[in-house]
Amino acid sequence: MDLHITGAEATDAEREAVDRLLGAPATGWQGAARDIGRDGRTAVGGRLVSGDRDQLLPAFHAVQDAIGWISHGALNYICTRLSVPPAEAWGVVTFYHLLATEPRPAAVAHVCDDIACRLNGADQLCRDLESRLAHAVHRSPCLGQCDKGSAALITRAGSDPERFVLAPATVDQISTVLASPKLADNRRASEGGPSVGAGAGARIARRIMVADPTSLASYRQHGGYVALTKAIGLGPAAVIAEVSAAKLLGRGGAAFPTGRKWDAVARESARPHYVVCNADESEPGTFKDRVLMEQDPFAVIEAMTICGMATGSERGFIYIRGEYPESEAAIGEAMKQARAAGLLGSRVAGSNHAFDIEIRRGGGAYICGEETALFNSIEGKRGEPRSKPPFPAQHGLFGKPTAVNNVETLVNVLDILIEGGAQWARTGTAGSTGTRLFCLSGHVAKPGVYEIECGQTLRHAIDLAAGIPGGRALQAVLLGGAAGTFVGPDALEMPLSFEGARAANATLGSGVVMVFDETADLMDTLARIAQFFRDESCGQCVPCRVGTVRQAELLSRRGGSLDPPTVLLAELGQAMRDASICGLGQTAASAIESAFANVPALKGRAS
Amino acid sequence: MGGGTSSYQEIEETDCILLWGSNARETHPIFFHHLLAGLKRGAKLYAIDPRRTASAQWADVWAGLDVGTDIALSNAMAREIIASGLANREFIEQATTGVEAYRELVEPWTLARGAAETGVPAAVIREMAHTFATAKRAIICWTLGITEHHTAVHNVMSLINLALLTGHVGRWGSGLNPLRGQNNVQGGGDMGALPDRLPGFQHVENDAVRAKFDAVYGVAVPPKKGWHLSDMFNAMDRGELRALYVIGENPVQSEADQHRATRLLEGLELLVVQDIFLTETAQRADIVFPAAAGAFESDGTVTNSERRVQRVRKTLNPPGEAREDLAIICDLARQLGHDWTPDAEAMWNEVRQLSPVHAGMSYARLEQHSGLQWPCYDDQHPGELFLHSRLWERPVRGPRAPFSLVRHELPLDQLDAEFPLRLTTGRRLAEYNTGVQTGAYASPTRRGETIDLSPEDASRLGLAEGQPARITSRRGAVVAPVHIDQALRPGLTFMTFHFPDDVATNMLTNDATDPLVGTAEFKATAVRIERA
Amino acid sequence: MRPDEISFRLPPPAAAIPARPPEPVPTMVPLTIDGRAVEMPAGSTLLDACKTLDITVPTLCYLETLTPVNACRVCVVEVEGARVLAPACSRQVESGMVVKTRSPRVDLSRKVVLELLGSSVDLSTAPGLAEMMVEYGARPERFQESLGSASSVSSVAQPVKIDNDLYVRDYGKCVLCYKCVEACGTDAQHTFAIAVAGRGFHAHISTELDVPLPDSACVYCGNCIAVCPTGALMATPEFELRQAGAWRPETQAVTDTICPYCGVGCTLTVHVQDQQIVKVTSPFDNDVTRGNLCVKGRFGFEYVNK
Repeated sequence: MDLHITGAEATDAEREAVDRLLGAPATGWQGAARDIGRDGRTAVGGRLVSGDRDQLLPAFHAVQDAIGWISHGALNYICTRLSVPPAEAWGVVTFYHLLATEPRPAAVAHVCDDIACRLNGADQLCRDLESRLAHAVHRSPCLGQCDKGSAALITRAGSDPERFVLAPATVDQISTVLASPKLADNRRASEGGPSVGAGAGARIARRIMVADPTSLASYRQHGGYVALTKAIGLGPAAVIAEVSAAKLLGRGGAAFPTGRKWDAVARESARPHYVVCNADESEPGTFKDRVLMEQDPFAVIEAMTICGMATGSERGFIYIRGEYPESEAAIGEAMKQARAAGLLGSRVAGSNHAFDIEIRRGGGAYICGEETALFNSIEGKRGEPRSKPPFPAQHGLFGKPTAVNNVETLVNVLDILIEGGAQWARTGTAGSTGTRLFCLSGHVAKPGVYEIECGQTLRHAIDLAAGIPGGRALQAVLLGGAAGTFVGPDALEMPLSFEGARAANATLGSGVVMVFDETADLMDTLARIAQFFRDESCGQCVPCRVGTVRQAELLSRRGGSLDPPTVLLAELGQAMRDASICGLGQTAASAIESAFANVPALKGRAS
Repeated sequence: MGGGTSSYQEIEETDCILLWGSNARETHPIFFHHLLAGLKRGAKLYAIDPRRTASAQWADVWAGLDVGTDIALSNAMAREIIASGLANREFIEQATTGVEAYRELVEPWTLARGAAETGVPAAVIREMAHTFATAKRAIICWTLGITEHHTAVHNVMSLINLALLTGHVGRWGSGLNPLRGQNNVQGGGDMGALPDRLPGFQHVENDAVRAKFDAVYGVAVPPKKGWHLSDMFNAMDRGELRALYVIGENPVQSEADQHRATRLLEGLELLVVQDIFLTETAQRADIVFPAAAGAFESDGTVTNSERRVQRVRKTLNPPGEAREDLAIICDLARQLGHDWTPDAEAMWNEVRQLSPVHAGMSYARLEQHSGLQWPCYDDQHPGELFLHSRLWERPVRGPRAPFSLVRHELPLDQLDAEFPLRLTTGRRLAEYNTGVQTGAYASPTRRGETIDLSPEDASRLGLAEGQPARITSRRGAVVAPVHIDQALRPGLTFMTFHFPDDVATNMLTNDATDPLVGTAEFKATAVRIERA
Repeated sequence: MRPDEISFRLPPPAAAIPARPPEPVPTMVPLTIDGRAVEMPAGSTLLDACKTLDITVPTLCYLETLTPVNACRVCVVEVEGARVLAPACSRQVESGMVVKTRSPRVDLSRKVVLELLGSSVDLSTAPGLAEMMVEYGARPERFQESLGSASSVSSVAQPVKIDNDLYVRDYGKCVLCYKCVEACGTDAQHTFAIAVAGRGFHAHISTELDVPLPDSACVYCGNCIAVCPTGALMATPEFELRQAGAWRPETQAVTDTICPYCGVGCTLTVHVQDQQIVKVTSPFDNDVTRGNLCVKGRFGFEYVNK
């Protein structure tokens, strides 16, 4: 295409960063030094060079990692390399909050001030940091470290860039780390494993803190790759039959039957097919996929491989949120070992199936957890959700049939194949088979990830986390995260199953169980939730783009001390739910509405 | 030369496009929208142009040939198509003549020789030949890069040969399309503004045709073909042409070799100019008729590049004493003793009466269908989307299509030590011809005339962006600021002719013309460039 | 070779008038809209079906020449059995669908969407919006009433961008319908001078780094102006006449003619006020232009205004 590249040119360092990712440019027309013998007579263009658009976000990350921000010159060079119009690239780079388009310090802390951490004083932590470190500190939505009480994502740009999470994190620790030349030397504080527990015997969490997550051998010793071997023996149709028999429902929030999804993709005649693992776990209060990826990465890879085999896909993508550098590293290392062992590649485990995986790092956008926004993000576009229908099984990544599953969902498939679907389905309830990982946070004594058989009560979950500390009374529980529902103390006997939640007009969403005791300022939490949706709306459709702003304005007016104007909020919520394009807008009012409906202290204020 | 064979819609539905000597992205922007729709649908685009233009940047492959080597390239492609067994034998046997001689002619044009003569890598020639020949549908489009050469007609024929060889003509999505540079170039041809034609492409030397016109006109149409533009200038030079009536043309600035054109026009006994502006030509006229602006201040029709006759409507009253062309001509006729009424529709109906291909195009139907494509023989005829479908009838209706034996010839203005650089000319998106019309609006992209150089030449000549340079050809010299353009390679330079008042590019160009149709070789001038 | 041999000969008429190859016949899909049965070709949208039935559905971001982005959501309708409302402009018909184009849910959503736009965007030059507000009982001032002051109601108000002689960009009037981006991009012009940048309420139409148009890829075709539904993008003559209070569309003569420039033959719809051309557009249903023009066609008329 006739690109119009004007303005600044990239520095050598910026070029190097991009070339490390993309390789050296092939011709002068794509950014190499002009060689008239070659470039003076012919050039390939048009479609042939715009096929790399999906490298746009990785290229931005490469420059962000190396330089610390993306300059006009760097943008121009990336555009030349990938044949992307600069205005479109600008639209993409400004979509992601982890990408900077203004110079900023090389070392930066993204500090969580979201709902769980706020219960622990995150707002004050951020204020202190902002006064001490100014531009090196950025407030962040939930970093998925809710069991730690506070958290900061630390990044340092340079030729040897660093990215890691400090959790818990104090003002002093963050200040010290940012001041050090080699930041990771000071990350002691984040060491120590996750809090993981299980009710009636761990299943999907059974290798966590047991097997060595960095070792394929250890994974195999603990039952790894048995399922893949079995899957290869069974063949695609039988694998899908087992998954269907297990009645496995998606664990990302939408609870769609996984077997039906795989079957739909497998039946599509369009080729190629893709597997996408949605590891953009961004729902505030959710951190179980992170624990799985960090502690059992081979399981994620094995399950994706099975999915690829079953759905006729040879390429898989795992889209990991940018705030999870440890997950990215663990999956990357595991992929390397799996590839070396022939478990990924042209003949997976000696079979005739080819399958390999690419990691894609998110750029700091909650909306990219929406599956179609995630596809757009991988494709190098703005992470804006698409209209559905068409659904991913027909028109997914790159417009092709795509099986997209959340991390936890996929990992369940391993046991389903080992045990057989029907046998596996005996756990849990009739409508909600298996176990689920719940993320207990907030006012519980032992926050962490707990594996609970579907159908156990909410009280049981809170008890597993050792209850509310200090003998304080329960005020409310947020189920399913910012897009979920608040329930009051009267809901403690609610079964944690899809049907149980539905009966209580609640949702389990992504498995968030955030506990608020009587001391919690729920109006502050509601205002933060409203801000969250305002900040994370992609901006595409009117009800969500403007509606989330109005909702935040109404909830934070005069410090949030007033009763909200009921009719206006209710109509706003109804319109967002009915008329928004995607789940973000459709659920942006649900936690807030449920709080006024279900939490005793708020009930009078909005009836 | 007739008209383009295909409709715009077809380029959206074809599989392979050869865009040859055309920067349609800038010169035919809305046609390029249709072409882009074709690319989106999956068509392959090959751009054949010395420069890597904005259009060429959309191409799957750009073939940067040397200026004036189009026939060499075409013949090499043909040879490759034949040698690879990709010629459409059935079509050739049934619908063409002269293939044997053609085969012999192109036989020496191996890929290697084609590459040596054109500069285009052999692999690129091969790929274009194979893709074009094997495409289910394929279209060749061209503009002045093909026709502003002394071999203009031969260049066109060499492209027609490629279409005949592969059967890419006469079917939906396959055809040959000259993109017309001006809004009524096609219409001028339709109306017989050609030396040898009467309206509807009817030959003036055909007695039956003339008799029909004689009867309606009430006078005897001269039985001989006339002069084309270059003939006219030569006739002026010989003193045979002494009076000239110029309507809406600015030859002082638009003709190649401006010195000569000006001298000849000034030497006329009578020069009458009818124009909307007091152009450089009008300033030299004995009589000036101020005219209305065709598109906005008069009624009538024009014909576009897909042969669509379209209604032009008066939207404004002409300023001052300016009058519609038709009214001026009718007044002249009255002075000559004929009582003509200036009525555009009545005149059009006379055309319909005489030109079978326009017969079905009443004003009412043109209105109803947003224009109709000729041929349109009667009131029921929908107009034809594409021409020459008869070549696919078996047996072929009418004469078969002949292959033409055309040979490669280099441009006449040859490069040598004194004039070592090739200057080629063309248009920019926001400008039009000599700038008479476009000069009035404030285009934010207007940057005036420049001499565009490759980075290598600029550096070798010690010229920086914006620095003035003197450009000298065998006919004249001008000074223009330098613009460095990656689209050019060493030895190739470029200018427009949009700003003749500032830089008279046509002082440089060669008025050597194609002997067949008289188009001047604007595209190939030998120059030297130095600091001014 | 003699010129006669090479010159064009009109071919004899073909046996049959050449035609485009026939398209496969689409299957027909039966559905019910507002209680009325209709059959539509597969691939049609609910909006197409509504048009067939002469049912009016309001639209803002929809245009027949552009890919639906279904961003404005004023065209939402109720599909029986669906959890949420569906955008009529892009939802394709399905067999057995039962659709209501007016219902309490539909009307509420349309009302709130119009209120959200009205409270955040200057809609004063958006044709048809005031009437739509009345029809749905939208009261954008409700937010200000609840929040106490105008300053606590966020809006996109901002200064007009005037950075070239041909057109202005008044993004305080932008509803972010994406039409200009589509017209500049893959639906027509493929110049990609503008895109949506930023996110959420800060999403806005932007050149790269928000540089002024003369520093951008813009080629001034004005195809963005042609599709803008609110007057956020406006050719300079109209902008200046409006500023002077002298824009009088009711007095304008509107005539179609053909562009005086290249040989493509674009239809120009010329708007004349007081013997001056004040605006040029092209019909969206024209086969040559589909509503698009180039810079010369849209702006190159000054030579007859002088």
